[in-house]
Amino acid sequence: MAKDDDKEQTLGEVLRQQGVSRRGFLKFCATTASLMALPPSMVPAIAKALDKAPRPSVIYLSFQECTGCAESLTRSHSPTLESLMFNAISLDYQETLQAAAGTAAEAALHDAMKKFHGKYLLLVDGSIPVKDDGVYSTIAGKTNLQIMKEAAEGAAAVVAVGTCSAFGGIPKANPNPTGAVSVGDLMKSGQIATKPLINVSGCPPIPVVITGVLAHYLTFGEVPALDVHGRPKVFFGETIHDRCYRRPFYDQGKFAKTFDDEGARSGWCLYELGCKGPTTYNACATTKWNGGVSFPVESGHGCLGCSEPDFWDKGSFYAPLSTGHWGTAEGIAAAAAAGAAIGIGAAAMSRRHQDTISKEE
Amino acid sequence: MSGLSDIGVKVEGDSEPEDGPTTRIGNALPILHEIETYLTRLTQGGEPATIDLRAMPLAPGDYETLQRLLGEGEVSATIDALGPTRVRETAVRGVWWVTHHGATDEVVAEFIEITRIPTILQTVDEDLVDGLLRLRDCLAQEGQAASD
Repeated sequence: MAKDDDKEQTLGEVLRQQGVSRRGFLKFCATTASLMALPPSMVPAIAKALDKAPRPSVIYLSFQECTGCAESLTRSHSPTLESLMFNAISLDYQETLQAAAGTAAEAALHDAMKKFHGKYLLLVDGSIPVKDDGVYSTIAGKTNLQIMKEAAEGAAAVVAVGTCSAFGGIPKANPNPTGAVSVGDLMKSGQIATKPLINVSGCPPIPVVITGVLAHYLTFGEVPALDVHGRPKVFFGETIHDRCYRRPFYDQGKFAKTFDDEGARSGWCLYELGCKGPTTYNACATTKWNGGVSFPVESGHGCLGCSEPDFWDKGSFYAPLSTGHWGTAEGIAAAAAAGAAIGIGAAAMSRRHQDTISKEE
Repeated sequence: MSGLSDIGVKVEGDSEPEDGPTTRIGNALPILHEIETYLTRLTQGGEPATIDLRAMPLAPGDYETLQRLLGEGEVSATIDALGPTRVRETAVRGVWWVTHHGATDEVVAEFIEITRIPTILQTVDEDLVDGLLRLRDCLAQEGQAASD
């Protein structure tokens, strides 16, 4: 955890103290701009803004979650670039990473909330249970809802990290025994203060999306353009299917029918094996995982749709998206014949989504 | 019909001959035209420009075509900052190919810069000051050691 006396430092100063040269910093800015689909001509301005940006205080709260989101972020494969931002911030409270425990940890949280009131960034992972007065998840004798309410009050902006805090996720899955809700739900119902909210969904989310969002916020002092579900459009603007390298097989009606048939071995489309790529907005197909090695479809398994609301309750992961084409020889033949038509339909659907999100601008 | 050469053939992607003058599909040619525009601007006293290769939808073979047509120049440099960054001037003077690698050598960003010298190679003012302080410090210490 950061010491109190270095709070007034700028981001550039902190990075140079950590041995990052000015050329290294420029490289980081160029890479971030490229990732955020910003024009390269903006790199000098980004570098200037980030260099002078005050080191932000970040409070990271964990509620009903599995710590997978924090794992995703801290175990990213190119630590020098992806976690650079994470090293540069003043992380004032994170249960898994902090050295302090017990009352000392809680004191650190309250000190940060008081000292940086109105300025700190609040990162939240996990959903918040509200049933039975929120007794199902408590920390230091307080319910998650009480903690969230206090923390949201002084936050400059809230980043919901992962599908649980963005949409409720697995804790909210039927029959939702704890009455789990998302951060956005709490804002809508007025149970916590309404602040600028960025949903970075995914189970877990792609690490570079989190650092990209932080970089954007620090550079421009505002939240990036968001889609209808409050997700940054640069990362969630297109479906997995739109950017999938197996897309040509879908358009040709070439589908794997089982996980070990000739089609599966030839790398054909996994649509009939339940791939949720056509309805899932995320950047997996382009940024990929594990340092750009692959993503689920590339490893031979369909997309589960983990960055979408209620992905857990949308039927079997192994049932194809539209019903009626599964199990019968006749149905599969029809699906193969309709491949191109379905392709056009899905493309039209995602274009519609694009239109909707561009209208939001 | 007198022979095979009379049959219209559409050559696609990287299957075209090694010494083919141009590529007929994809974005290699449009990118080269964009570079031409920027280079013209630079010769007329205009601003340098940068093209983000990651932002371009490149068809198979486009990347190789670009590399082949731009060729290899006489300058190359490696910067060791957050993983290696490789900078080289192409055979087209004033057109630089800049590849940023991460800690495990994976490519994290790639640019074509139309400039006299890429920004990342230049020493910035703050580094000049830091360098000067370091040299003065070094001289002071050496002077101290000599007088002891």
